[in-house]
Amino acid sequence: MNAPNENLVTHDDLLVISGRAYRSRLLVGTGKYKDFAATRAAIDASGAEIVTVAIRRTNIGQNPNEPSLLDHLPASHFTLLPNTAGCYSADDAVRTLRLARELLDGQTLVKLEVLGDPQTLFPNVRETIHAAETLVKDGFEVMVYTSDDPIIARELEAVGCVAIMPLASLIGSGMGILNPWNLRLIIEQAKVPVLVDAGVGTASDAAVAMELGCAGVLMNTAIALAEHPVLMAGAMKKAVEAGREAYRAGRMPRKLYAAAPSSPTSGLIA
Amino acid sequence: MLSIVLNGSCCRCADQATVADLIRELALEGERVAVERNGEIVPRSRHGETRLADGDRIEVVRAVGGG
Repeated sequence: MNAPNENLVTHDDLLVISGRAYRSRLLVGTGKYKDFAATRAAIDASGAEIVTVAIRRTNIGQNPNEPSLLDHLPASHFTLLPNTAGCYSADDAVRTLRLARELLDGQTLVKLEVLGDPQTLFPNVRETIHAAETLVKDGFEVMVYTSDDPIIARELEAVGCVAIMPLASLIGSGMGILNPWNLRLIIEQAKVPVLVDAGVGTASDAAVAMELGCAGVLMNTAIALAEHPVLMAGAMKKAVEAGREAYRAGRMPRKLYAAAPSSPTSGLIA
Repeated sequence: MLSIVLNGSCCRCADQATVADLIRELALEGERVAVERNGEIVPRSRHGETRLADGDRIEVVRAVGGG
């Protein structure tokens, strides 16, 4: 018998991305909420430290006193992760992130996402790799959304991306993890953190992702479109933590049947 | 008057106007925005000295909710 490993239980299990450490392994988006107060309440309940934001044109000629998302998500409290959702070419994604870097005072940690189809929002991996090369050369630290193809994941890592973020299923679908085997292949080979991004529908999906060995999970719709986003945000926080602990604990082997009951076989009264 | 394309729409502004003038006119002074002029970032520190030219394509962006 091994002595209980106190260290395993008590030591800080931090998520390290590009040399920076985070306590929370749950990353959340800020879209689809009814207002900024609801956004903030859900994010607080999720415990997320990294939150994604989109970059869009200002509404010219509209109410100049319109509240701003950044007023509700101060950079002192959160790591704002600008993403390129909605971009369909490498050029648009690179332009968007250069604007984001200017907007966020030189921040270089970004989420790259180049889509290939407006109906499914499936990523265009060729444009994604092209954009990643340009961004890495330009000094960005790129967390990259991609398909669950292990070869593409390896190429994105070779290009210099700091985190690989394969989909579990299509963005906004809530279909959960459709190909755990591919995710395992990606996780096994990667030297950088692998985070599931997109497709999580409910807490068990997040737990499964973490049990597979993902370093984290990024989600938006699963929380924002739950009937009670704050409650779901708390559920996701616990699911990510539980999944992570189960992964670190090392699960028992699966057997069709064990013929090894949990209670003693001797001393029975009959 | 100069004729520019601002966030995809045609727009007129004064001769000699700078990016800082444009931001002021849009009532975005003090707001967190980023500006691109003809595909190149105009850093905040240079808004005051960067003059607009006829035909410029200007993008003014901000952060919004997204996943």
